[in-house]
Amino acid sequence: MSREFDPKQNYESSCQKTGYVTRDKATTKTYRELGFKCGLEVHQQLATREKLFCRCPVGIYQDFADFDAEVIRHMRPTLSEMGTYDGTALMEFKTRKNITYRIKNETTCTYEVDDTPPFPINREALAYAVRIALLLQCNIVGELHITRKQYLDGSIPTGFQRTAIVGIDGEMPVGKKKIRIIQLSVEEDACREVSDHRHERIYTTDRLGIPLIETVTYPDMMTPEEAEAAGQYIRFLNRSSGLVRKGSGAGREDVNVSITGGTRVEIKGVSHISWIPALTHNEAFRQKALLLIRDELVKRIPKPEDWKPVFKRLNFDVSDIQYPPIKQAVENGWQLIAVNLPQFRGILSFFTQPGKTFASEIEGRLKVIACLELPNMVHSEDLQPVFDENMLKKRSRLLGCTEQDAQIVFWAPEEDVACAMYTIEERCRMALAEVPNETRKALPDGTTIFERVLPGADRMYPDTDSAPIPISDDYIEELRQQLPKELALRLQQLADWNIPADTHHYLLRNNLIPLLEKIITDFGIEPVFLASLLAHRLKHIEGRQQAAAGFDYKLIYDLFRKTAERKVNYNLLPELLPILYEHPQLDFDSLLHLAGFKKTTMEKLLGEVPGLAAIFRNIKRSRNPLAAERWIMGNLRAVARGNVDFNLLQQEVRKILSQLPKDES
Amino acid sequence: MINVFKGYKGRALSTLKEFQMRVWGDAVIKTTRGEFSGIILPRSENDDDYHIVLKLKTGYNVGIDVNTITDMQEVGYREAHYKIPEKDFPFSPDKPRVKLFGTGGTIASRLDYRTGAVIPAFSPGELYGAVPELADICNLETEKLFAVFSENMGPKEYMKLAVAIGDEIARGVDGIVIGHGTDTLHHTAAALSYMIQKSPVPIVLVGSQRSSDRPSSDAALNLIHATTTASRCEIAEVMVCMFGPTSDEYALLHQGTRVRKMHSSYRSTFRTIGDTPLAMVTRDKFTYLKNDFNRRRKDRHVEIKPYFEEKVAMVYYYPNMMPDIIYSLIDNGYKGIVIAGTGLGHVNKPLYPAIRKCFELKIPVYMTVQTLWGYVHMFVYDTGRDLMSSGVIPTGNMLPEVAYIKLGWALGQSSDPATVKEIMLNPVCHDITEKEPYNGYLIYQGGIPEVEEFIRKFHK
Repeated sequence: MSREFDPKQNYESSCQKTGYVTRDKATTKTYRELGFKCGLEVHQQLATREKLFCRCPVGIYQDFADFDAEVIRHMRPTLSEMGTYDGTALMEFKTRKNITYRIKNETTCTYEVDDTPPFPINREALAYAVRIALLLQCNIVGELHITRKQYLDGSIPTGFQRTAIVGIDGEMPVGKKKIRIIQLSVEEDACREVSDHRHERIYTTDRLGIPLIETVTYPDMMTPEEAEAAGQYIRFLNRSSGLVRKGSGAGREDVNVSITGGTRVEIKGVSHISWIPALTHNEAFRQKALLLIRDELVKRIPKPEDWKPVFKRLNFDVSDIQYPPIKQAVENGWQLIAVNLPQFRGILSFFTQPGKTFASEIEGRLKVIACLELPNMVHSEDLQPVFDENMLKKRSRLLGCTEQDAQIVFWAPEEDVACAMYTIEERCRMALAEVPNETRKALPDGTTIFERVLPGADRMYPDTDSAPIPISDDYIEELRQQLPKELALRLQQLADWNIPADTHHYLLRNNLIPLLEKIITDFGIEPVFLASLLAHRLKHIEGRQQAAAGFDYKLIYDLFRKTAERKVNYNLLPELLPILYEHPQLDFDSLLHLAGFKKTTMEKLLGEVPGLAAIFRNIKRSRNPLAAERWIMGNLRAVARGNVDFNLLQQEVRKILSQLPKDES
Repeated sequence: MINVFKGYKGRALSTLKEFQMRVWGDAVIKTTRGEFSGIILPRSENDDDYHIVLKLKTGYNVGIDVNTITDMQEVGYREAHYKIPEKDFPFSPDKPRVKLFGTGGTIASRLDYRTGAVIPAFSPGELYGAVPELADICNLETEKLFAVFSENMGPKEYMKLAVAIGDEIARGVDGIVIGHGTDTLHHTAAALSYMIQKSPVPIVLVGSQRSSDRPSSDAALNLIHATTTASRCEIAEVMVCMFGPTSDEYALLHQGTRVRKMHSSYRSTFRTIGDTPLAMVTRDKFTYLKNDFNRRRKDRHVEIKPYFEEKVAMVYYYPNMMPDIIYSLIDNGYKGIVIAGTGLGHVNKPLYPAIRKCFELKIPVYMTVQTLWGYVHMFVYDTGRDLMSSGVIPTGNMLPEVAYIKLGWALGQSSDPATVKEIMLNPVCHDITEKEPYNGYLIYQGGIPEVEEFIRKFHK
């Protein structure tokens, strides 16, 4: 390798070649030129009491270290998958992941650990799913067929997820566009991952089996922002049904991205909708970069089938190397393998994502497929070289490499070496052909890492353990009667009420518009006041502390009702609300007492004005003619709150002040 | 049934005919609930007659209610044909020869993703495609003897199997594996324990509790454990080889006469009753738990005793059982009866005359216990003594199913009650043991703190 090669400079120039711009500089045109397309798979837990195929309770989560028993399993690819996978699945299987499930008796029965067939489907979940499918204008199926969808990562102990289509071909308005829905399915949630280290992966089974719906859109979103808006719409629509679970992890998105010439890549584990724009933006450019790499390699390697990396065990002493991972590997007695990638110069440091290069594509696969924890390799285009000049020379001699090549050194225990070599060669070969079809994991910084090979299309098959379930017209009609108002109409309602935009997100997220509507209709409350009371005042309170047990948004309606019945002025509500939030069990009188409310009248209040005006005359410092009025109002407000309208009070005070003899000074 | 309408009947069938549609047709179906398109799949014969099954492009199946259909069009046709990929099973001269007999249970299989049908893999090539590890263990030969479900295995099959195994031993194999459905695996294990005696090699029965089309199936590991046992294990007995714990860790080797299926669906369903299992087996090693077993030999001598009298019944006693049950067995020509009695081996008084009648007619009646664990003790209470005087013969700690098989086998050899009694009470392969070890009865109860502690530490 030439010493003049500057990997940093190569990263920057390849980034430029890719046409990468940060998101604030990107426009609709940027994405149009890339051929950006994005579809969503939105997962949302349903608010049922029990799991989908057994009668275990939902929503109880264990601490990762707390369990009653453990079960160990291995996942074996079924025959057809071995056939279609060019050996990747087989390789992955041969490396053998021990999958340990941590079980709590309270949330797990023999169904979760796959020691008993499924019980009949949870009817509550099915009804909820049909209702939400109707909200999305889906065609409801005549008969529900439980299908098995294979997952070999162990996240489900059976090795497949039981899932069923409820409706297909729906649509939703997002901005001025109609986004089409491919399907809505009801399915069981997977395990929670505790850890994944080398050959050991650990899960808990508490979340496993919780009923979910998955809403899948067509790739109709043409910009990252559109994708985010569609994600928000589905989220708010789910919330508007009142049938879904809230809280962290109850809603999750998978995002599919492709560009012209690229391929569908699935980004998994997007836990916040706000992450979608950065993730999809970066993925589009990653695909673009991989296409440029492909073009460059094809130019250099006219016959890809003849391309072959060289693998050699290091034959020189590396005990001087201070780089901790290599030091550790040597101490563990692991193998150090040098790899020559012919014609790959400049590829390993080629930009793929902000701060990442093609080398990380290989590193990610080594981690997942060969079970080698990061960092798992060094290479000739590292920013910080690990090997000294002398070692590099020895390595080059060992590999017999030329200036056009790139080199990797990785370390692994003997039993993982073959798989690691296979993985490196396979990924490099893919670089000559295409953007690999894969699932990637979302990171908070907007980049992604390799998660697994995308399963083949043939991974769905009927669940022989369950019979089909007919869904009759009568049943659908019955559920249709229970539907909430359409989300689009709700959004129109907010506009009609002139409710400020900054409150919308909060109101939709918590499905508060039905409550708003009821309070406005029943008590004639000013919509803007009410929206602000909830989306500003209540949100602020919620941000400071958790609600006391028993607090429910429904109590707010009761608060309004009592306030109206007792003819207490609504301007006391901002004081009452935090007390109710902390003490939901208190009766109305106690709330009033704690808010410092004392019954009084306008007459009594106004009777205080002349006296207060006299005091103000002695202490005044301002020349502003309104100063007296302000000061007097300030003194009266605390007592007046809940008794009289402040505007009215102010008018009356002003009247009295104007009638008082003028101040001489 | 005409193939183009596979599984369809009634209204669904007439709807398909009306629109001239067929199974495997790529269809666009207009309904009052909207449009659906996909491939029309065969329908299970047991399902209702007013839905058509469609495979959508996404791979999911859905049913369409024929009452909502307004129009159907066939826009293509794609019939599925599936074949197991076969790879030559590699031969290595240094590895033991193992013979695998198929009885009908699915050992390995691949899935037809379009119909969901499970296609069994059985030839060495097919098995190698499904469980490549087998080639590291042995040179495998296979033979499908019959194709019946576990519940349809019976005397004819036991005898045919015993003879076939005898032939293979004579031919020089190093071990036998029998693939079998799990429901009656222990009946077959008992039958083979009697019909094949003094085998020089291990005879291993194996099945699976989770079908092999599932990634989490126990089938492959069971097969690996069974072939490992057949190849290298020192124990030359008829054994059942199935999961020890529900975790993928080790299998247990159970004596064919002391084993029973104890859970309808758990992987670790097979348990040795009233004793400890013979050994634990993993991919790499055997841990022998007992010393008292026949050892592998180099010679090829084996005794095959393929006898069975089919007119044998087992009666599971319940309170208020009426004597007519026994009389009807007599009237129907039964030649022997095994009773699974309560407690130490009891039935109620009204049955006594019927049992005495059996004795007079030389129909032997043997007593076992419903409790499964423990011995028949008929001297403890008067009732037991009365029964004995009526001719009921206690069978020690023989399991009820085992006593049933043994009685069939004994009556197959003689109809003389004294000879039958001699055969019945002569212990074979520990079917009756002189003592029950203290740890032969362990059923832990969940919830007890020390048990919970144990379960936290060790896989159940």
